[in-house]
Amino acid sequence: MRPEEGTLISRAQAIATLLELLTDQPVVICNGFPSREAHKIADRPTHFYMVGSMGNAAAIALGVALVKPNRQVVTFDGDGNVLMGMGTLATVGALRPKNFIHVVFDNEVYGTTGNQPTISNVVPLDKVAKSAGYLNVERVLDRDDLVYEFKDMLKKDGPSFLLIKVNEFVEDAGRVVHEPPVITRRFMKAIEG
Amino acid sequence: MRRFQPVSVEQVCGTPLVIDSDVFVQSMQDMGVNFFTGVPDSILGGIIAELMIRRLYVPAVREDEAVGIAAGAYMAGRVPAVLMQNSGLGTCLNTLISLNLIYRQPCLLLVSWRGQDRNDAPEHRVMGEAMLQLLDTVRIPHRTLTEKTAVEDVRWVIDTSTKMHIPVVLLLAKGVVRGLHP
Repeated sequence: MRPEEGTLISRAQAIATLLELLTDQPVVICNGFPSREAHKIADRPTHFYMVGSMGNAAAIALGVALVKPNRQVVTFDGDGNVLMGMGTLATVGALRPKNFIHVVFDNEVYGTTGNQPTISNVVPLDKVAKSAGYLNVERVLDRDDLVYEFKDMLKKDGPSFLLIKVNEFVEDAGRVVHEPPVITRRFMKAIEG
Repeated sequence: MRRFQPVSVEQVCGTPLVIDSDVFVQSMQDMGVNFFTGVPDSILGGIIAELMIRRLYVPAVREDEAVGIAAGAYMAGRVPAVLMQNSGLGTCLNTLISLNLIYRQPCLLLVSWRGQDRNDAPEHRVMGEAMLQLLDTVRIPHRTLTEKTAVEDVRWVIDTSTKMHIPVVLLLAKGVVRGLHP
């Protein structure tokens, strides 16, 4: 199903839905629109907003998850990001951190740079994650399924992978207002202990 | 536990002194480094084997991933080190710049210096020559480990990284710390 068919939710709607279900879990959010939209929807100190280092969101979240095995760690990722750092799916699959939830907003384009197509329309990233060793893998197309599956993943041992097919709509979100060093300090303090 | 020996009889006698991997790892741990990840190199083989015996090593598949994992570990409260061949510096340069430097996150980088010796394999020649300039250009401090000044070198790298909140490189040439091959 192509996103432009209009049957899918937007990434911002998906983010808003996920953030309603999350409380104080650390969330590492990839560069580009996902960070900007999450920041606009709910700016929490437990959010690590990325600029740059594309492809590394899951790696950063993995580092947090390995050090804090008793705390669920979530990453918000994009299809372009996952493709760029696809090796990290293998690392997660091999290490199998139980407390790791990988959410991917898949709009099949590099949205931040002008909607150039990625290749996720022909390479199903959920199947890649499954083959790599993620325990719970789901692909959802609408809000109801998203709520059901994400709630389920919050209850289960991971690693979990939730692929959300989203449309290309971009929320008018502006840039993240915090300077990167502030984001580091704020996030560290929020996930302390 | 054995420690670095700053002055050595071997050196006076002219026999090259090699730091044992377990001594090197123990010293890093003693100085507070408590999270290790990376991608292997033969020069680093002995250190990685020792880290694996101690169950301290998280294997990564690319150097930028290793730097990312280390960043997460740092933010979760650890003092991380990333091991890599200098070719990996090329792979992870963007992450070092747009994550560590921009977000002010320290990280210890233990980088093997391939291509220092002109007889090394051809793929190492360009990076082997350009590496110091490359690090200077992006303002990542660096120091080369020597047998004589090992304690001071490691201490300096940790202190500089912690104080400046940026990644700092400790370069390991062939034969300074015992590798897997003699």
